[in-house]
Amino acid sequence: MLIQPEDVMKIAHLARLGVQDEQVAAYAADLSNIMLLVEQMNAVNTTGIEPMAHPLDQMQRLRADEVREENRRADFQKVAPNVDSGLYLVPRVVD
Amino acid sequence: MYNKSLKELSTSLHQKEISSVELSTYFLDRIKRLDPDLNSIVTLTEEAALSAAIKADEKISQGIAGVLTGIPLLHKDIFCTQNIKTSCASKMLDNFVAPYSATVVNRLADAGSVMLGKTNMDEFAMGSSNETSFYGGVKNPWDTKLVPGGSSGGSASAVAARLAPMATGTDTGGSIRQPAAFCGVTGIKPTYGRVSRYGMIAFASSLDQAGVMAKSAEDAAIMLQAMAGFDEKDSTSIDKPVGNYAESLNDSIKGLTVGLPKEFFSDELDDSIRQKIDEAVDVIKSAGAKIKEISLPNINLSVPAYYVVAPAECSANLSRFDGVRFGHRCESPVDLDDLYKRSRGEGFGDEVKRRIMMGAYVLSAGYYDAYYKKAQQVRRLIQQDFIEAFKEVDVIASATAPTVAFAAGEKKGDPVSMYLSDIFTIGVNLAGLPGMSVPCGFVDNKPVGLQLIGNYFAESRLLNVAHQYQQLTDWHQAVPAGFGEE
Repeated sequence: MLIQPEDVMKIAHLARLGVQDEQVAAYAADLSNIMLLVEQMNAVNTTGIEPMAHPLDQMQRLRADEVREENRRADFQKVAPNVDSGLYLVPRVVD
Repeated sequence: MYNKSLKELSTSLHQKEISSVELSTYFLDRIKRLDPDLNSIVTLTEEAALSAAIKADEKISQGIAGVLTGIPLLHKDIFCTQNIKTSCASKMLDNFVAPYSATVVNRLADAGSVMLGKTNMDEFAMGSSNETSFYGGVKNPWDTKLVPGGSSGGSASAVAARLAPMATGTDTGGSIRQPAAFCGVTGIKPTYGRVSRYGMIAFASSLDQAGVMAKSAEDAAIMLQAMAGFDEKDSTSIDKPVGNYAESLNDSIKGLTVGLPKEFFSDELDDSIRQKIDEAVDVIKSAGAKIKEISLPNINLSVPAYYVVAPAECSANLSRFDGVRFGHRCESPVDLDDLYKRSRGEGFGDEVKRRIMMGAYVLSAGYYDAYYKKAQQVRRLIQQDFIEAFKEVDVIASATAPTVAFAAGEKKGDPVSMYLSDIFTIGVNLAGLPGMSVPCGFVDNKPVGLQLIGNYFAESRLLNVAHQYQQLTDWHQAVPAGFGEE
């Protein structure tokens, strides 16, 4: 298998993704199968080929640095799990 | 009523044969009666629909109405709708009421259309069968044991069952075209950048594109016209004028060259489907088009490259779901890490987790060049193959999917076999080209879709070819048994 259970634990941690212990082996098997599919890419030589990030090779558009949006903090915080006085609350980070 | 074209419905509205309130109520009643068997709709917005319909009727009375004024539609639940739940069919967003609307939603509302509700989909648009939805799978109206395809399966199923005259969809690797094929409706994914992605919940930003599910190419042309065009709010939107799609529908296709990529007519294609595609190509030929075999030498690498690019972008996009600002939060987190991990672990389904992990893996230190850079290079090769092909042909034709709709549960446990159901559609997304699926017959009473691929911004041409084909065939007018009563 290309991806071992310990790789799954590592990736899940990097992605801050909770994965149940009993599912790790199944994820390792699935991801290994997907990687076998992915590795078919190696059949073609891509030396010197410019990587393609955007279908139309557009560059990021820029605009003048000016305020355009109105402040809708209250609307946006209505959908937050836990807010107080306009602040998002999370478990204590610094003791 | 349910099988009338947008033009016919619009004429009836403008001539006051029917009001938008009556038309909207008619389709809402169909949804309530028929959708319990399909599960194609996750949120019904009856009240908002009726008040939009009243406004539409006023506009019609005042003589300031357009072709879409008063016409009901459904939105895929990936588009943000202000003050209305927008779930992406995920537990993560089961409690999310969008604070703003997507540009697509606003443009269609400005055109006077009436939203009846939001359609079911694969969770975060990741899937090809609609089975990954938090709200349960959608059923195919042609046979409820079959999947409708995905990820825009709810939109395809609803339009096929005539629960609404039209619906929005999105297509990252085939998510409009494959369900359109499986459900026997007409779907178009425009050129990347043609339709705004603002307010469309992102899965893979360099591939995602919004489009249309409709009953015919003519209807699709009318709906796409209202959606397409530059949007300052989407940094990937293309600032280029939009053609008049309806105007060129009736152009002759005499002398047009249609390319058939030999790689798409290989062993992967089911024989019975191949026969239907051959018949469809003969119809197009009878209208005066020339047929030419072409080659897309690297197209077989599109699924492998896609399953690097799409998960990589997915893992970056879905990092915003952190249990802090919106979406699901776990109970009593002990620290920040626990908050992130349990909120995401509980909020996302299996397929979404697989893709996030796949993306995190290919982007992690030491693997970037081997996978992500390599995939982007392969992507360039695939694009170049298409560019070469379009020097010789005007349109490319193939089957939309290698099989007809499969049974629910058949591929659910095998991600790779599920991924391969998109082998004919994924290359189009990697290249950023426009593509369509048009109904072209049945195999064992299951719909078959003809895929048409165009050059960049050639939506007019695609819709023209599809419309001309639909003038000579009536597959697009077939309605599944059990959904044919008023």
